Amino acid sequence: MVHQTIGSVLCCKCGIQMAPNAANMCVKCLRSEVDITEGLQKHVIIVHCPECDTYLQPPRTWIKAQLESKELLTFCVNKLKKNLKEVRLTHAEFIWTEPHSKRIKVKLRIQKEVLNGAVLEQAYTVEYVVQDQMCESCSRVQANPDQWVAAVQLRQHVPHRRTFFYLEQLILRHDAAVRAIRIKQMDQGVDFFFANRSHAVKFVEFLGKVAPVRSRHDKQLVSHDSKSNNYNYKYTFSVEICPICREDLICLPPKVAVTLGNLGPLVICTKVSNNIALMDPFTLRHCFLDADQYWRSSFKSLLSCKQLVEYIILDVEAVSSEVIVGGSRYVLADAQVARLSDFGKNDTLFSVRTHLGHILSPGDYALGYDLYSANNNDVELDKYKGLVLSDVILIKKSYEEKRQKKRGKPRTWKLKSLGMEVDDTAKGRADEEKMYSEYEQFLRDLEENPDMRFNISLYRNKEYQPSEMVSETDGEDAPAVPLEELLADLDLSDMDEGDGMKE
Amino acid sequence: MSGFCVGLQFENSCEIGVFSKLTNAYCLVAIGGSENFYSIFESELADVIPVVKTSIGGTRIIGRLCAGNKNGLLLPHTTTDQELQHLRNSLPDQVVVQRVDERLSALGNCIACNDHVALTHTDLDRETEELIADVLGVEVFRQTIAGNILVGSYCAFSNRGGLVHPHTSIEDLDELSTLLQVPLVAGTVNRGSEVIAAGMTVNDWTAFCGSDTTATELSVIESVFKLREAQPSAIVDEMRKSLIDSYV
Repeated sequence: MVHQTIGSVLCCKCGIQMAPNAANMCVKCLRSEVDITEGLQKHVIIVHCPECDTYLQPPRTWIKAQLESKELLTFCVNKLKKNLKEVRLTHAEFIWTEPHSKRIKVKLRIQKEVLNGAVLEQAYTVEYVVQDQMCESCSRVQANPDQWVAAVQLRQHVPHRRTFFYLEQLILRHDAAVRAIRIKQMDQGVDFFFANRSHAVKFVEFLGKVAPVRSRHDKQLVSHDSKSNNYNYKYTFSVEICPICREDLICLPPKVAVTLGNLGPLVICTKVSNNIALMDPFTLRHCFLDADQYWRSSFKSLLSCKQLVEYIILDVEAVSSEVIVGGSRYVLADAQVARLSDFGKNDTLFSVRTHLGHILSPGDYALGYDLYSANNNDVELDKYKGLVLSDVILIKKSYEEKRQKKRGKPRTWKLKSLGMEVDDTAKGRADEEKMYSEYEQFLRDLEENPDMRFNISLYRNKEYQPSEMVSETDGEDAPAVPLEELLADLDLSDMDEGDGMKE
Repeated sequence: MSGFCVGLQFENSCEIGVFSKLTNAYCLVAIGGSENFYSIFESELADVIPVVKTSIGGTRIIGRLCAGNKNGLLLPHTTTDQELQHLRNSLPDQVVVQRVDERLSALGNCIACNDHVALTHTDLDRETEELIADVLGVEVFRQTIAGNILVGSYCAFSNRGGLVHPHTSIEDLDELSTLLQVPLVAGTVNRGSEVIAAGMTVNDWTAFCGSDTTATELSVIESVFKLREAQPSAIVDEMRKSLIDSYV
């Protein structure tokens, strides 16, 4: 093919030399002839809510957008969509206007076919007049700021708050309470308030997945429009978590023990998620109870974490080989222990069988339940006639001594917290100290148990500086959270805490 | 009386090349609703060459159906016998009027010619090509213009110059110019229309353009066809001399 050079012709109107095009007119002449923006909307009215900085998309959606943002540009162009059917939009951008002028200007460039196949591109400006109008949700909030539509009352009838600390971290991890408009800490529980019944239902379902709960719901009529037959209700959900916690000693009722395959009536609870994992410490048998099964025969624990007593191990002798029970290793062993309060003062020793043979060695400290001196007042226990109770049931190894060395030093990690309203009455203040020590205990639990950390987000503590005294510690260190598990925390600042739970 | 007529309209259409055919020896005009069209041609040409009102095959688009020069006129096979006879009677005797049996019956679109050279559609029959060479007394070249095969529509040329489709490349222009031996220019007519031959009709001393033609286009046409200096009488006198000669 011979190379073809396009010649030039004269524009038929103004006579200047130009390359031939479909209309054979130079661009200026063409533009003066044809105005492709004829018939397009140049003035549009948009509605804006000044409280929440949103723009109305009829009939009912409100779109959040900042001035001169991408979302606002998309919104403005969509407003013109019907208009722009025949032309092709190539470019759109904002022209700066004073924010309080209530005008938004957008410059659009469009292409359209004119005459015989020539495509003409032209830019034009569309002016948007912004009208202020409060959106429905803002006006409702303004009218009655405390208005909630659904409330979830979460309770657990135990004297400590360990479960709620753990749940708080779970909720934060899964963002389950983002829709809550208020969270209030109550005695033996927490209240969550929502603006929408479906949000509350979703939250209750989330709780059902992470803890063994039973719930009931109710509604209360607030107002009634007789003409349109609209009824406004307040919905309440009462959710109760089972009182069995980790490391509790339980005496199973005879019926339950039989259904579980004659599991020795004394069991330890090893893990609580939406199922309760029970283990017999003498036979290393374990079983699971799910929420339904538990609530059918709701039994209470015999002894719980507040009654743990410290023991020192004098001698350990393994009886069986290592067994993996429900994901953790246990070794059945015989041990000689003495209560720490007795040690050195008198000769009271106990020979016990324990499941902690894998981590205990002579000289270690352990926490356990002192059944020898406990005064048990349990109905279920009485049902077992002729049951011989072991004197001591060891639960876990204690790192108290090693913690003494590290006392006062900050941890390398920290946790976020929900923005809860705390009870401010006199009774509330007295509980604060108790809460503080329980929280400290909870943090220690997290350090000691990697499987508890599984579902929780830990953040790197920026204030932690590795101390120079590290080289001094000899032997075993107290358990700590390895650095790889920590998330780099970007914005754990005041701003973030304020943001917490707004809808 | 050289010139240039603009502002012509045939029943509100500016495409006057469709409804008329102008050569150096005669002029054909379609039968229109009003006499205006015919009268303009008449006023310009009457004492120089015959202006004949006709139809071809019952249609008025005579400019596009027939092709001719001073030596002859070719008509499509759709021409009726009466029209053929009418034309034979009205035109001067040295113009050979011939009906052509050709599949491509719009001869005006397929053939562009002056008195010496003709450009034709690439798919024209061999016999037709020979006929053209014979009747019109021209050298025949098969060509395309700016990629279009309808050469008769997209260019208009006389013995002095020619106007072609505006998208014609420079190489093509040079090639055609060499073939035709006349200067060529790419341009438009009727406010940017690319169909040159439909928008205007031209011979050696006059041109007629549609009413939409802009001043720029007019100046281009005037310069390329050299219409300023043209004297019709000189050309026709030459022809008349030969006529008288043959009579005697």
